[in-house]
Amino acid sequence: MTGPGAAPNAPIDAIHRQVMWNRLVAVVEEQAQTILRTAFGSVVREAGDLSAGVYDLRGRMIAQAVTGTPGHVNTMARAVEHFLVRFPVAGMRPGDVFVTNDPWLGTGHLFDFVVVSPAFLDRSPVALLASTCHLVDVGGRGFTADARSIHEEGVLFPHMKLRDRGTLNADLLAILNANSRNPVEARGDLLSLVSCNDTGAERLRDMMTEFDLASIEPLADHIVERSRDAMLEAMRPIPNGRYGTEMTLDGYGEPVRVKAEMTVSDEEIVIDYGGTSRASAYGINSPLCYTEAYTFFGLKCIVAPDVPNNHGSLGVFRTVAEPGSAVHPVHPSPVTARHVIGQMLADVAFGCLAQALPGRIPAESAGSIWVLPFAGAGAGSGAGPGGASGANGSRFNVMNVGMGGIGARPGKDGLSVTAFPSGVGAIPVEVTESESPLVFWRKEFLPDSGGAGAFRGGLGQVVEVGSTEQHPFTVSAATFDRMRNPARGRDGGRPGRHGTARLASGPRFDDKAVHTIPPGDRLVVELPGGGGLGDPRRRDFGRIRADLEAGYITLEGAKRDYGFEAESPDPAEKRQSAGAGTAGVGRVGGRNG
Amino acid sequence: MKAPNDNVQGNHRLAADIGGTFTDVVLDSPSGRHTAKVLTTSGAPEAGVFEALDRVLGQGATAAPDVGVFVHGTTLATNALIERTGARTAFLTTRGFRDILEMGFEKRFEQYDIFMDKPAPLVPRPLRREVDERVSARGEVLVPLDTEGVREIAAQWRAAGVEAVAVGFLHAYAHPAHERAVREILSAELPGATVCLSSEVCPEIREYERFSTTCANAYVRPLMSGYLLRLEEELRARGMTCPFYLMMSGGGVTTVENAARFPVRLVESGPAGGAILAGHVARECGLSEAFSLDMGGTTAKICLIGNGTPERSRTFEVARRYRDLKGSGLPVRVPVIEMVEIGAGGGSIAGVDAMRRLRVGPASAGAEPGPACYGRGGERATVTDANLVLGKLDPERFAGGRIALQPERAAAALARDVGDGLGLHAHWPAVGVVEMVDENMANAARVHAIERGKVIGRHTMVAFGGGAPLHAGRLARKLGIERVVIPTGAGVGSAIGFLLAPIAYEVVRTLPVDFRDFDPAPVNAMLDEMQAEATGVVRGGAPPDATLAVARVVELRYAGQGHDLRIPLDDGPLGADHGPALKARFEERYRAVYGLTIDGLDIRSVSWSVTVSTEAPPAARASMPAAGPEPSPRASGSRRLFDAELGEIVSCPVYSRGELAPGRGIAGPAIVAEDETSTFVPSGFGAALDSAGYIVMERTGGMAS
Repeated sequence: MTGPGAAPNAPIDAIHRQVMWNRLVAVVEEQAQTILRTAFGSVVREAGDLSAGVYDLRGRMIAQAVTGTPGHVNTMARAVEHFLVRFPVAGMRPGDVFVTNDPWLGTGHLFDFVVVSPAFLDRSPVALLASTCHLVDVGGRGFTADARSIHEEGVLFPHMKLRDRGTLNADLLAILNANSRNPVEARGDLLSLVSCNDTGAERLRDMMTEFDLASIEPLADHIVERSRDAMLEAMRPIPNGRYGTEMTLDGYGEPVRVKAEMTVSDEEIVIDYGGTSRASAYGINSPLCYTEAYTFFGLKCIVAPDVPNNHGSLGVFRTVAEPGSAVHPVHPSPVTARHVIGQMLADVAFGCLAQALPGRIPAESAGSIWVLPFAGAGAGSGAGPGGASGANGSRFNVMNVGMGGIGARPGKDGLSVTAFPSGVGAIPVEVTESESPLVFWRKEFLPDSGGAGAFRGGLGQVVEVGSTEQHPFTVSAATFDRMRNPARGRDGGRPGRHGTARLASGPRFDDKAVHTIPPGDRLVVELPGGGGLGDPRRRDFGRIRADLEAGYITLEGAKRDYGFEAESPDPAEKRQSAGAGTAGVGRVGGRNG
Repeated sequence: MKAPNDNVQGNHRLAADIGGTFTDVVLDSPSGRHTAKVLTTSGAPEAGVFEALDRVLGQGATAAPDVGVFVHGTTLATNALIERTGARTAFLTTRGFRDILEMGFEKRFEQYDIFMDKPAPLVPRPLRREVDERVSARGEVLVPLDTEGVREIAAQWRAAGVEAVAVGFLHAYAHPAHERAVREILSAELPGATVCLSSEVCPEIREYERFSTTCANAYVRPLMSGYLLRLEEELRARGMTCPFYLMMSGGGVTTVENAARFPVRLVESGPAGGAILAGHVARECGLSEAFSLDMGGTTAKICLIGNGTPERSRTFEVARRYRDLKGSGLPVRVPVIEMVEIGAGGGSIAGVDAMRRLRVGPASAGAEPGPACYGRGGERATVTDANLVLGKLDPERFAGGRIALQPERAAAALARDVGDGLGLHAHWPAVGVVEMVDENMANAARVHAIERGKVIGRHTMVAFGGGAPLHAGRLARKLGIERVVIPTGAGVGSAIGFLLAPIAYEVVRTLPVDFRDFDPAPVNAMLDEMQAEATGVVRGGAPPDATLAVARVVELRYAGQGHDLRIPLDDGPLGADHGPALKARFEERYRAVYGLTIDGLDIRSVSWSVTVSTEAPPAARASMPAAGPEPSPRASGSRRLFDAELGEIVSCPVYSRGELAPGRGIAGPAIVAEDETSTFVPSGFGAALDSAGYIVMERTGGMAS
């Protein structure tokens, strides 16, 4: 068949471009699925903490898998640009593979390894394949925020060759092996990135052969132009101008103030984080690439959710930040729990957009997920599967996660106990209990935790965990935020409930350190709720009643938050008669006043 | 070997498939195969069954008492879950966990859509109740069951008119005593209500999926058992005394009694029938590596078939709110035939998105209003419209001539919905639509195979369903496939598959085993128990002299990894030396799928499965003659159509399927027409009938791709 080069205007070429764009998306999805199936870390397999993409030789991302968390939106694209500076295409040979886990040159913390492989056709380089995933363990302090510099956080591989003309770099693997608490799994995950890129390169070659292409540049130009045009079109309803917002987070030891100003023009949307707090002394800082990822994600959810991620679509967004700030920390700032700040930035973007597009933006969400890394006494602080039983109780390391509520949405209540903006999913209680002596005593919705509003914020949850053994265990509170700064409501909506962490016996855990749960006691964590949207007094009466009946709100909460008044002192009786359609058994205060 | 048909004196075998739109009935009798297709009567589905059934019995001159077996598959359970028309169901669980059902996976299945909603649980919160009880993962009773509490809740449910109860306690997959005790109490306190235990419906670890499956079973059970009993009564009243079986999603059939206990296992029975047919064709033709392509009006389903056996799994989702989106439905963990289903069918709607990208599906015009060319009010351009414009469909003969297609409507819809956005004219918008839908199916097939460590190009395609024979040739080219088989009766493939399915039952349980110091005793005891349970179910329906086959599978994974591989076990009890043997087998399979193994890592088991079945029907056919040198048959006409291999419109002959004879080859481009469908043989392919009348299309090479 005729290739696009031969007769650029022939209808069949237009159709083939369509088919090839589709095919590229299939290639990256296949890459991503391969990692997902072979990964060891629960963060990868349960949470999809991975990404895969295809790039042209200039480093322009032309397709990215939609699998995975937003943390990798465009971060890999940046990473590929950095690789090309260190390893220009001209020097690449078939069989070469490049790697780094440098947080500033990769995707934001040492756990994420980025692997880049050139694809060759007839001995000429034609494209780059990149993939990344979160390795189980890279040494250092493991998944805590306690390191005071990157040097304590684990082993760092600068830009290196992982494979040289087909030969694996045994030295690199030996260093990984020597530093990781889970060397076998870490090696397995790294090699699966290599093989998923190989698969992608092969698919790409198949496609180029089928369509008789010598270069993907014309296709890349087409994809980039079309995507950019679609984004600019989608941006048109947003009035040009400057829109500022601020958000305060608990931080570690001291609060973090995030300040943002969004500038919208015909050509781009820029978010400037000038004025944001200096980097924290602890590992909750969000490197610029990760800051960009969640900022872009927030913008894209509102502006153009259906446009695929690539160089063209993401090129209309830009982030500016001061080096040394919490959203642009510089070496050697610690960054392991970067998501504590990073995952709040989608809501910061929403905060800017809310002024530009009033009435169209959800309220704030619980934001960064609470990772619950549990360890038995003497098990160390690494993540991953634990060891054997000892005289002092089981040594174990298990990880669970806690989700709070999502902010109320225009026309809809927020989702309860669901991750946002992260794409992480739950880890079953039965799985965690099978791998440890832990016992979860409850995991249930927290009534009244969703911010009141015409539309209610999603509920948080309460999780209570003890042990079957008479030995202490620990939890790292590195990622517990919104304990003092709850998700705010919007347009008159009330904030969601703040989070808490405490012992069942009473004492509270107010910081991000590693805490010990003594024998016989239990850990109680209450995850934050989402903010409400609109004046609670305007909430539909039927919705309040339904919330009461389901127990999402208490009668006391209904009175306090919604001015709900029951004529009958017995709520059950009131609900019954209300259910039968009797008018006037309760009313929303102020509705008509 | 015994299939349900073999115990029949008269060789009159009957099958009925109730689908979303059509009810198909097939009768195999000494006078041949008779089929009927009627519209599904959703209010009283048995009415449609009997209408079609009377028709085929008439055609076959078969008296009801002569029918030797009746196999039935239905989407009734699925529809009840989609439309939420099941029983008023309550859920009883461990104190502190009633919200597990509503929290679900706690993630968004659609990353960028801030307005997405999670599927609402089948049981609303006020009907989800908790009781004091707790058993640890290792079986220690941490809190005894509060039996008095159960009685109090039962009394409230009695007052509230609860019809069905699902019981799900933490770790009950391994420690079911508390759930069983609850059943005892409820049978006394809540007489007449259906009670389903998670330890029986789905004894597997992972509380959300287990609870969800149990609730789905309870939710549809009153409806399904009522329907099945009515149907059985009606059959008996008509004098049909033969065995009556239900098709299950796992590919086996079972008795009415068992189906009424576990109706959630009936959810995906229609497509399972299609896969069973494809497996049968693969065995007949001696194909070690095959896959089925079942393309209907709304979706295409692809299933890998190794050595004549469709792949199986236990992950399924019903009632997806957003078509095709994983996570938007209710998880149901039951044995199913593993299929990938994509929104690519004749009714799939084509359009152009904001990037001016051509999109086809997953939205479908369905049968009503249908594609634009039906002239029944459908305005949107569909795949069927594109096939019509490209000359692949005969407007006069579509659906046996029952629907007169209108090419001008199709062309207008395609020009407006696709041509304008892409700057394409004449037949080119249609070319784009067909290319894209073929591309979508090819990508899905390729990924599905790669995920299982298979190379799709080495497989033979078995194509059936109304649309597949038109698209199979182009798809074969895209996938590098050499041979395509199009069986007879493609339009009612699922019902035909029902007649080929064994009586079977699969029992699955979770038992984590560390193989480093493998103690086989507890595993053997559990496997024996499971085999006894499955045998009991199958014996209840199988002919007394039937030979039963037992297949045992363990799901193994590297410790710490998330993905399991299904590894078959040898017959007989496991010995201590099975530890290393299983590891070796696991690693062999792992290498095949992922291309490497991981040294120094232990393996763990997750779930164990035992399937007892009557043996599958034998492959009773000779090998296939390929297209030979005999003179070609005569064409019944010719048509101008677009051949994607040539990239242009060509004139090509049309043959009637009836006029083809075994061994007489034809060369593409050509059309083989029949009432329910047409086969398009592209350039570079030849086709012939084999000895059973299947169309075998083979690549003859020559054409550049």
